[in-house]
Formats: sequence, C-alpha cells, structure tokens
Amino acid sequence: MDIVIAAAIVFYLLSSATYLAFLLSQKKNLDRVALCLFITGSLCHLTSVGYDFMRTGQIPVHNLYQTLSMSGLAVAAIFIIFHFKYKLKVLGVFAAPLAALIMLFAYQVPREPVQARAIFNSFWFVIHIISVFVGEAALAMACGVGILYILQENSIKSKKRGFFYDRLPSLDLLDNTGCGSIVVGFIMLTLGLVTGFVYAKSAWGRFWSWDPKEIWSVATWLIYAALFHQRLTVGWRGRRAAIMAIIGFAAIIFTFIGVNFLLSGHHGQFTK
Amino acid sequence: MTEILILGLNHKTADVDLRECLAFTDDQVDTALQTLRAQPAISEVVLLSTCNRVEMIFTAKDPDKALAEAKQFLAQFKNIPADRFEEALYLHRGDQAVKHIFRVAASLDSMVLGEPQILGQVKEAYRIATEQKTSGVILNRLLHKTFFVAKRIRTETGIGNSAVSISYAAIELGRKIFGSLEGKSALLVGAGEMAELAVEHLRRHRVNDIYVANRTFARAVELAGQFNGQPVNFEEIQDTLPRVDIVISSTGSPDYVLTRTHVKPIMKERRNRPIFFIDIAVPRDIDPDLNRLTNVYVYDIDDLNGIVDENIEDRSREAIKGERIVAEAVIRFRQWVDNLSVVPTIKDLRAKLEGIARAELVKTQNGQDFTPEQAAALEKMASAMVNKILHNPTALLKTGGCYADKSQHIDLTRKLFKLDS
Repeated sequence: MDIVIAAAIVFYLLSSATYLAFLLSQKKNLDRVALCLFITGSLCHLTSVGYDFMRTGQIPVHNLYQTLSMSGLAVAAIFIIFHFKYKLKVLGVFAAPLAALIMLFAYQVPREPVQARAIFNSFWFVIHIISVFVGEAALAMACGVGILYILQENSIKSKKRGFFYDRLPSLDLLDNTGCGSIVVGFIMLTLGLVTGFVYAKSAWGRFWSWDPKEIWSVATWLIYAALFHQRLTVGWRGRRAAIMAIIGFAAIIFTFIGVNFLLSGHHGQFTK
Repeated sequence: MTEILILGLNHKTADVDLRECLAFTDDQVDTALQTLRAQPAISEVVLLSTCNRVEMIFTAKDPDKALAEAKQFLAQFKNIPADRFEEALYLHRGDQAVKHIFRVAASLDSMVLGEPQILGQVKEAYRIATEQKTSGVILNRLLHKTFFVAKRIRTETGIGNSAVSISYAAIELGRKIFGSLEGKSALLVGAGEMAELAVEHLRRHRVNDIYVANRTFARAVELAGQFNGQPVNFEEIQDTLPRVDIVISSTGSPDYVLTRTHVKPIMKERRNRPIFFIDIAVPRDIDPDLNRLTNVYVYDIDDLNGIVDENIEDRSREAIKGERIVAEAVIRFRQWVDNLSVVPTIKDLRAKLEGIARAELVKTQNGQDFTPEQAAALEKMASAMVNKILHNPTALLKTGGCYADKSQHIDLTRKLFKLDS
C-alpha cells in the first residue's frame, strides 16, 4: 500500500504546483488540470484508506498515521465538493498543499500493525469520528478562504492593486464561501461533540471527564459558536469573520495535534 | 491582378473639424457606396465612417486610376476642395491595407486602445455594403477574416480586459466587491457627466433601484426620471444609506457631504453589508477616512485615475501580442490572395484530379493480373478523362465567362473542389 500512498502524495504535490502556476500565470485550463491531478490523488488516497478499512473492518483511525490520513482525505473531499458548489478555483492554492502537507507528515510516521478494537464497533464512535473530521476539514477551508478574503480586501482598501487583485475573485464570493464553510463545519463539529459525549456516557458512564481534548474541543467550539452567533445576529461578515475563521482553525490544529502530544488523555491512544 | 486599397483618414491625421466634414451619415453611406461602385476602376467597395475615422476599402485592377476616382468622389460628394483633405489622407495598398483593416477592427488603431465599439462599426459597415451588393469575393473574404482576427485578439490577449474610463473603472471595482451588481441599489448624489455615465453603466449591469439626491429637488426629480429612479431629498441621504450598496457622489459642495459620523451608525442597520462610495467630486464629497471602517470602501477621483493609468499601460503591453496575431493573419491572407489568380487555380485543380485518378488506378490494379498492355490502356483512359473533364472549367476560368470579374469563378472553383484545405 506504500506505493498508493506515495502516488497520492505525488499527485497532491503536482496539483499544488499546477494551482500555483495557475495563480501566477492565470492561464485558462491550468486550474482544470490541477483539479484533475487533485482528484486523481484523492482517489489513490481513498484506495489506501479503503484498504486499511478492509483489513480490520473498522474505520481506520487506530494510530497517528491513520488519523492523519483520514483527516487529509476529509480535506480533499470537502475541497472537491466546495469546488463544485462555489466555483472558487483559487482555493486549490490552499487546499492542495494542505492535503499534500498532511500526507507528507503522515508518511513519515511509523505505521505499526493495528488490531481491531471493540470500541470501534460503536455506532456513536463512528459518527463521532466522521463528523469531527468532516467538520474540521470544512473549517480548514473556511480558514483558507479567510486568508484569501483578507488578501483581497487589503488590495482593494489600499487602492494599490497588487499581485492578488486580478487573481482573486470578488469579496462577495469569498465571504459567501467562507460562510458556507463555517456553517457546514460548525454543524458537523457540534454533531461530533454531541456524539462524543453520548459515546463517553455509553462507554465510561459519564458525559464529561475533564479530558484535555474535551476541554480544548469545547473551547474551539465556543470560538465558532461566537462567530456563528454574531453572523446571525449583527451580521458579522467580511474581515472580522475571516480573522475569526483563521483563529478558530489555529485552535483546531492545537486541539487536533497539540493536545495529543503536549497533554495526556484518553484520545492519546489514537495518535501513537 | 486585383489589389486591395484603403484610402482614409483618422483621429491621428485629421482634426475633428475635418473629420466632421468628411463623415458620412447612415443615409449617405448607401448612395456613396453606389456612386463609388459605379466608378469604372473600382470593383468592390466597403465604406467605414465613425466619429474617429473615414475609411474607403476597395479593390481595383488599376489602383492608380481607382485612387484618383476615389479622391475625386470624396471631393464631389462632400463638396470640399480636394486640397483641404489631401494632407490628412493615408493610403494603404496590398498587405499594408489588409494589416490596416485588421488593426482597425481589433482596436489596435483606436484612440482608446482596445475599445470594443469599433468592431461593431466595422461589422455594420460591411452589412450595408453587402446589402448594397458593393462587396465581392475579395472584400467578403477580407472582412470575414477581419472579424475573425479581431475576435481572436479580444479573446487571446487582455487588450479589452481592464477598464480605461473612470466610470468603468468604478464599475469594475464594484464587481470586485459585490461579485455581481445585479439586484444592488445605488444612490447618485449631485449630478455631472461622469456620474451620469457611471449610473448608465450601473443600469446596464442590472442594478435594481437607483435613488437620486440633489440640492435642488426639481433637478433630482428630473434626473430620477431620466434613470427610471426615485428622487430623494438632500436631507434624506442618511436615511437612504441603509438601503443602497453603491453611492456615487459628485456635488459642488466645498465640504464633505458624508463623514464617519453619518456612516458609522448605518453600518449596524445594514448588518455590515458592504457599501461602496465613489467620490468623483473635486473638492471631495466623502471623507476619505471612511475607507478605514470595515466593509466600507471609498474611492475618489484620483484613485480611479490611478487605476485607469495602470490599465492603459496594461493594454499597451497586450497590444504587442495583438500585433503579432495581425502579422500572422496578414501572411495567411496573402497566401489566399495569391492563389486567387487563374494559373495556380488551374494547376491546383489539375493536381487534384490527377491525384484522384492515380489513387483509383492503384486501387483497381491491386490484386488483379493485368498485362502491361492492359495497365497502359487503363492509365491512358484515366488521363484522357481528366483532360476531358478539365477542358471546360479551364476555358471558363481563363476567359472569365460573362462575368468581368474572374475572382468569382476562381473562388467558386476552389470551394467546389476544396482546393484550400
């Protein structure tokens, strides 16, 4: 399976390079080539994840490698869906390198043999994993769109049309895509937290056990809840929403990676 | 040998007085075309007349005579002594003429480089010429190629991409902020040519509601009628702001009409939807400090001028690519014109038929046991058929038949037998 993973990485890297070339040259069709490369990469990626799934018959998040690979696949899938929904081609400049980076990182991690574990058979557990990963991938897109929004807003506000003015789409499209990503991400994240609690109750008999991952997850959720609330009530949009999306994603990265390495808790076993 | 000629004048060679004197109105073009066509030396003619140029595009066997006729026609038709416009006229012949018309239609020769109207004007000129039947095989081909080249330059280079007028630059900015302007609302404060032009552009981009405010309410009502909008009292401006997305201001006021204190409170009411102020007044109407508020964008006349200057530079850079496409197309057209004489056409036709005969001979002999005598007889028959078939067409092409213009037959022959593949 190594070769399939390597192929996925190569395609992601080629796609990143092509997206970058598209950003620089603005040549027609270059973005389509990049998207095709990306989709090919994600199909290889899917094959490798599917293979891991077949071996144990369980959702493959047994170790750090599998967890990273799964999150990379979620990013790829969400990007492809968003690409067709919002037609925001330039987002590939963010998504393709992100997927490549996650997979490169995953590739370095030693892949220890895994054994089927009973907890993986719980319905709540599977829903918990899927919704958290999809939610985080959507919020990663929100962060990418947020960065693009700030770049484009700066070029309009500064009145010096620099590198990005012609290359990025309208603020309206960026803001809408960002909003869509946040909505999807927030709903999935909420679902992920709720199913997590339900699962904790069924497995350990309590909803909440002051696990660092739980604390950080709820903190992250609160950031997005605040953004979501402000958007609905006073219409937070544009720059402020973009900055919040970036901050929120930084919190996600810490919750996802940082907590497991720096702090201990019951999520740690999945990332060893 | 027929030659293509262009006799004309444009904004570079003639001042506006002279251009006005020599321009043809729509009604005049019809009669002018017929008069020109009636000249003995001129065989085909298309007449292009816009506010920046007058061009007579014609073909002639005797170019010098045709030229004299065209000049004389201009003097007589416009009732102006020839020496008044002689200096301003330019003449292009052959490849130069082809290049010139390509450049004109692609807007490489325009006052505003890359402006889109000229192609439409050339198309219209050609349409009238075909209606009046003054355009023939050569000019038909030339004009069709012209449209093709102009379209190619427009799509393959960025010559028409960026806005080169203040009002259009403002619209482009609006689209960078709002995506589409469809369904947005605009407020026009004050009046002025540039502001009204911008409103026209907005209408074309399907902006929904247009509000018009003016110190004199009567003027506001008048302008609102013109744009199909709603008049607003000058004191009501602040109340209108929550409802509009684009504000175009051009009053004669010495102080700022809108400042931070006016706009900050309305942003809450707008739920932070972006608002775009276009300030084309001097002195300025809108406090530039507003640009610092989130989701508020302010551009004044200097900012817009800066964009326009940059865009003009961009276009000149793109024009170089356009010139390359023109040069390429001129060479291709040259090849077609060269083929459009009798001898190469007869040669090509014979080569085509002989090619077919040879191929069929080989096919027939394949796998058959012909004696050398039989094979020779077959070959003889094939070549005799080719000669017999070619006899009449060759004679007609050489004499021209009842048409004075051989190019008709030549063109048809080339098309019938697909000689230019």
